[in-house]
Amino acid sequence: MAKQVPIVDYLVIDDGPPHLVAWEAVDSGALYFDRRNADALGGGTEFKRRTLGTDGVVRSFTIVQRGVPGVPVPYVSALVDLDGGGCVKGNIVSCPPDPDHVALGMPVRMTTFVAGTDDDGTEAVAFAFEPTNRED
Amino acid sequence: MSGDNVWILGTHMTKFGRHGDVDLIDLASQSAMGALRDGGVTIHDMEVLGAGSLFNAMAGVGQQLQKQIGQTGIPVYNVANACATGATALRTVYLTIKAGEADMGLAVGVEQMGKGGLLGAGGLGDRARKEYKPSGRYGSVMQVEGLLGTGLMPGVFAQAGMEYAYEHGGVGFEQFAKVAEKNHAHSTLNPLAHYQKQFTLDEIMTADMMSYPNTLLMCCPNTDGSAAVVLVSEEKLRTLSKEQQARAVKVSASVLTTDPWTERAQVQPDVNTLTRNAAQKAYDIAGVDPKDLDLVELHDCFATAELVHYDNLMLCEPGGAGEWIDKRGPWRDGEIPVNVSGGLISKGHPIGATGLANIYEVATHLRGEAGDRQIEGAKVGLTHVIGLGSACGVHILEKAAV
Repeated sequence: MAKQVPIVDYLVIDDGPPHLVAWEAVDSGALYFDRRNADALGGGTEFKRRTLGTDGVVRSFTIVQRGVPGVPVPYVSALVDLDGGGCVKGNIVSCPPDPDHVALGMPVRMTTFVAGTDDDGTEAVAFAFEPTNRED
Repeated sequence: MSGDNVWILGTHMTKFGRHGDVDLIDLASQSAMGALRDGGVTIHDMEVLGAGSLFNAMAGVGQQLQKQIGQTGIPVYNVANACATGATALRTVYLTIKAGEADMGLAVGVEQMGKGGLLGAGGLGDRARKEYKPSGRYGSVMQVEGLLGTGLMPGVFAQAGMEYAYEHGGVGFEQFAKVAEKNHAHSTLNPLAHYQKQFTLDEIMTADMMSYPNTLLMCCPNTDGSAAVVLVSEEKLRTLSKEQQARAVKVSASVLTTDPWTERAQVQPDVNTLTRNAAQKAYDIAGVDPKDLDLVELHDCFATAELVHYDNLMLCEPGGAGEWIDKRGPWRDGEIPVNVSGGLISKGHPIGATGLANIYEVATHLRGEAGDRQIEGAKVGLTHVIGLGSACGVHILEKAAV
């Protein structure tokens, strides 16, 4: 199997089921995905890693028809409120990219896909979300 | 003088559109000299110059302009503040007068964008050899645009609009499209607008989709243009002619905000909170209620953006932006006319000039000089711009006696 790396460092693919992690400011509880100098909410400098939920709800979306070269369109970009806290932007997959099939408030679950392969054969793994039934 | 009121003495904007036959400084000179002429003053009366051009932030546009229209040795502040660049140039001059360091100053905004394509892709560029190594603050191994959602402008603002729909309801594709229907219709009365063509709601909704729900006709074009404003202290204004005093427009509030921390803004720009904060502060400073406004020029970079700002600027009932456009509240014959210039969607959006072009538009109505598109009897108006990153400028202007 090809070597795999996560597309971003807040996606964890080598510690159980794939999931997202955030930096949580110890003082304020604010969550961040990027490397931090300090907490923009409270000003503190102490952070801990927090594992985020893989299920969530679509709070907003757009269907991109004109994108950057090399990325097939149409695709759905969405903001997902994760169960247990945190909000993330990602694509909606496993669902026709049209407004009849993507809905505000739609429950989704994180999934992963191979986004590309580099010249050494290493695969970049990205995350996305697919619709779920809450009865699942 | 310190604490003195500040007034608009002169203002001008170029025709917005494609100006491939002139350069950036030609455009800036045209608006600057136009504003000086309009105010009955010269470059030699100016004591400070604020110059805004986002894509030429390193070019010393203010000094280049001086070398064409007057090297008088006054301080120049070259500013860049995303789509609030023009408003920031104005506020720089405003603050200098407020601080008592100048009695008169000139703010100029200019941009030459050509056919710039989609803005906002950012991220990592192509590399010669493809090797997945983490870099940057997110440890990304490759360009993520389109793979982890979109950061392209039509999509970012589409998601801002759809978030409003999620929270409040009564808003869908049709309500967003109605915004563009209005602004294209308004632009037919504005000879300075990039486009002056009316479209039916159906034509707007069936135009090429850029990023649902924003079709091509719901997105602002990349535009070349410039706008300028001459500001004067009240004390100085009193020494000028009766005609200059009669045409002067009072700056009743000048506010600039940035985005305070909100959780979701870590992944998607929050265009709402800083706009609400700026608007509330401006209303408080000016002692003006939203219902007092006779016209508003707000930042409709996309139709989805304009709709959420009805609520952010408190022009409609809370949560009622969809209902407000449905009942034609922001049309030029509606409750509070919004973007009677045609807005960014049809007038165009030369980024550095936009915040000053909005001032030009409102001031021209308050002077009763807006020709065919004049809002009769206009006495109070508001301008709003927001740039991602984020920065928001709100100004309240009033027709008043010196």
